[in-house]
Amino acid sequence: MTQQFNSGFSAWLKRDLVLAYRRRGDAAGPLLFFVMVSTLIPLGLTPESARLADVAAGMIWVMALLATLLSMDALFADDHRDGSLEQLLISPQLLPMPILGKMTAHWLITGLPLTLASPLLGLMLSLPAAGFVPMLCSLAVGTACLSLIGGVGAALTVSLRKGGLLLSLLVMPLYMPVIIFGSATVGYALDGLNWLPPLAALGAMLAASVALCPLAAAGALRITSVN
Amino acid sequence: MNWQWFHRLGSPRWFYQTTERWLPWLYLAALTILSVGLTWGLAFAPEDAKQGNSFRIIYIHVPASFLALAGYYIMASAGAIGLIWKMKLSYMVMKAAAPIGAALTFVALVTGAIWGKPTWGAYWVWDARITSMLILLFLYLGVIALQYAYQSVDAASKAGAILALVGTVNIPIIYKSVDWWYTLHQPATIKLTSAPSMHPDMFQPLLVMILGFYIFYALALIVGTRSEILRRERKTGWVRELAAAEVRS
Repeated sequence: MTQQFNSGFSAWLKRDLVLAYRRRGDAAGPLLFFVMVSTLIPLGLTPESARLADVAAGMIWVMALLATLLSMDALFADDHRDGSLEQLLISPQLLPMPILGKMTAHWLITGLPLTLASPLLGLMLSLPAAGFVPMLCSLAVGTACLSLIGGVGAALTVSLRKGGLLLSLLVMPLYMPVIIFGSATVGYALDGLNWLPPLAALGAMLAASVALCPLAAAGALRITSVN
Repeated sequence: MNWQWFHRLGSPRWFYQTTERWLPWLYLAALTILSVGLTWGLAFAPEDAKQGNSFRIIYIHVPASFLALAGYYIMASAGAIGLIWKMKLSYMVMKAAAPIGAALTFVALVTGAIWGKPTWGAYWVWDARITSMLILLFLYLGVIALQYAYQSVDAASKAGAILALVGTVNIPIIYKSVDWWYTLHQPATIKLTSAPSMHPDMFQPLLVMILGFYIFYALALIVGTRSEILRRERKTGWVRELAAAEVRS
């Protein structure tokens, strides 16, 4: 039985990673978006480093959220188009495990690169030095939450022609706790407070998302992908 | 235990015919209680010592906010009943509940903004409660948008129900986190959350208004569900007979 759990999870994880590697251009999109939008902030707001430092943490979080949202659409859409999603649905595996595998792959392809690129943006937006480690930690945990929650939205909108915009509308309210605790982690560190409590809250959200989101996405896929 | 009443609830036709008899009474009750509450609250309740007459908007604002929140749970429960017991009727209730709830949330936000101008000097403040009401409005709009996005009625209902349920799990988390976020930001002057100890003369009309809004909500939900029943069951025999009778008279 455990073998069956694992095979569904790791097979789909590996498959999605291989696919992403073969289409590297697509996978780089969210990261490029993340980096490019950050150049708009000094242009639109102010190039003064003191004022940039105030908004840097929140801005990086907002951009990471938008970049994730941008890539969420593709999580099930390609598989729906080429029919492999249907094969997954009729396979004897437990549906949530392969879906968790796909969501994990999504995080490895978008969330992790965003996290790793964030110190660079922090530097460009003159984030104070105390904020870098908390930002890395909160983004690593938080973007995983974003991938999982967004997966439910992607499952709900997979068969719609203009699903992408609707997906953002559905998922945005659900993302709000993540961004609150994510930017609070950095904010606490900058104020010289203990930043572990908000990070722990983010971790609790991740635990709940890992348990619940694949189930909700599986239920949604069974309904929506046939229509 | 006799479950017949429960199974009967699954029949849109039974619901349509039964509520036909309730409707006049509900209209009467809603009209009477709302007009009594409004007259009492707007004309006879004493003026507030600090806010003067502007506090009277509470008689719309508070009942609307109550129902906006309760309405989400009603909508989500109806969706859950539909998913679990596969009842067509409860999906229709869910679809009817979404726009009513969104409208009430909007009313709560607008009356809050109008009330905010004279009392705090600003239409909009990023306060915990206001922000969470705004998020609630977004959740409602998401459910409505998802239902309209699907061609197939069945997929629209089930997808809407799943989204409503995901929202239900999230609402406490959102509320807690927004509350927490607000205390983090340390507000300067405004305090909304301190419970106002209201004088009974002001409080009694408020209770009447809340009761009136509940009845009005039930009425709106039933009327909305009835029109949804007619739309979805338009090909069945009894709806055609109904339409034919309407044409004849």
